[in-house]
Amino acid sequence: MRGTSRLIVATAGVVVALLLQVTVMPHFAWDGVVPDLVLLTVVGAALVTDPRFATLLGFSAGLLLDIAPPADHVAGRWALSLLVVGYVVGRLAHDHQPAQAGVRPSYPLMVVAGAGGAFIGSSVYALTGLVLRDPAVDVGQLLEVVLAALAYDVLAALVAVPLTVWAFTREPGSRSPKVTPRAPRRAPA
Amino acid sequence: MSLDTRPPRQTPVRRVATPRERDEERGLPTRSLLSALVLACVALMVVDASSGAASPVDPVRRFAGEVLGPVQAGASNLLDPILGIPGWFRTNDGLRGDLADAQRRIADLEAANHQDSYLANRADELGRMCALVDDTGYAVAPARVIGYGSAQSFSNTVTIDAGTDAGLHADMTVVNPDGLVGRVIQVSSHTATVLLVIDASSTVGGRVGDTMENGMVSGHGGLADDQPLELQLIDHTIVPQKGQPVVTWGSEGGAPYVSGVPIGEVSKVFQDLRLGTYRTVLEPYVDFTSLDDVGVVVPTGGAGGAGVIEPGACS
Repeated sequence: MRGTSRLIVATAGVVVALLLQVTVMPHFAWDGVVPDLVLLTVVGAALVTDPRFATLLGFSAGLLLDIAPPADHVAGRWALSLLVVGYVVGRLAHDHQPAQAGVRPSYPLMVVAGAGGAFIGSSVYALTGLVLRDPAVDVGQLLEVVLAALAYDVLAALVAVPLTVWAFTREPGSRSPKVTPRAPRRAPA
Repeated sequence: MSLDTRPPRQTPVRRVATPRERDEERGLPTRSLLSALVLACVALMVVDASSGAASPVDPVRRFAGEVLGPVQAGASNLLDPILGIPGWFRTNDGLRGDLADAQRRIADLEAANHQDSYLANRADELGRMCALVDDTGYAVAPARVIGYGSAQSFSNTVTIDAGTDAGLHADMTVVNPDGLVGRVIQVSSHTATVLLVIDASSTVGGRVGDTMENGMVSGHGGLADDQPLELQLIDHTIVPQKGQPVVTWGSEGGAPYVSGVPIGEVSKVFQDLRLGTYRTVLEPYVDFTSLDDVGVVVPTGGAGGAGVIEPGACS
């Protein structure tokens, strides 16, 4: 999947993930910690697209996360985190095996990628927070929240990453040739 | 020997791709793109963090809020019923438990509600007792009336729930916020018997507050009698006027009656023609049929019980 359709899927995926993250997930929050669905969407995209696209997607998704309504932190923090996530996951996934259209990574790889991406993303986000003194919390508290978020992300990665991968590797064009054109059932009067 | 004049073979030249082209081919972002993005992030952070309240990101955020806010609200509205589904599945046992809990709470609240007016009255009464203590300057040990003597015994006595444990002994004055109640005639360790002033055998030294004339106030017996108290002045020639207040005269050493406690007011004056004296009927200030909180006058600063109300303690 390339070009415009990939862009549309990416945009829709990120927006849906953002909406779920801010409206639905708080109902399942554990101590206020919700899974980073946007991050997992970027991870899923990085697994099946090329690193350049993943990096750009991470940057834009992070930017959206930075300015979408509940956000109050310094803008650019999620952008940087998700950019790094997209780049690193993309590089690791494709350095030895370039992306091929329609090939899906194995399920364990998806989960591991989700966990790793979540770790990188949360860490970079927390580190920028420490450098900027943005939330003004101490390291112990920060670590606790980051670890909780990581655990929750791994849980969410079991579902979210495969879903994203499926959305990106779905080939709308490839299915149509298999369907044989049906003859009209009734002759036009 | 012949020269090889054939043109060189048209084999394709082996071309080595530059690293950049290789990266392009593998779909890697170029270094310049990467650095541009990172720099953009850093620049955004610096601008947002350093500009404080007037951040240029704020208008963007507002715009994003305008666009995404309704979408979020819509999504939330749409998903709320779905998220509420687990709430529909309740077991009968759970519902019964909830119902029982609610009923218990309602019963508790109702009981509290029934007590409310009574407690308010008691608080009011205790407050007035405080005022009386402040007015007269006597310390009182609070007590509650826990039993009325029967009318068949022809004595008007009540039992109060304070005894020697509260520092009480016989011949102590018992008052309530309205005035004089009676005196302690018998004490046990936790209760005491009080002879009301309306008892037929009770005689109290009384004094008309306006004229300072002394007399004797004796009871007639009977709680609901319309002429419960009678005042006999020592000076026969003086006619008390209706409405004059009568207070206790006071005994030596404050026993059995301390001085200055209001008893009642003059309601009727009869002339005894045969003796040439005046019989004065007093209307007591205290309502003897609804006695509840009373106070026993104890020595100030004494070794009374813990609940003694000292003068000035409530103000």
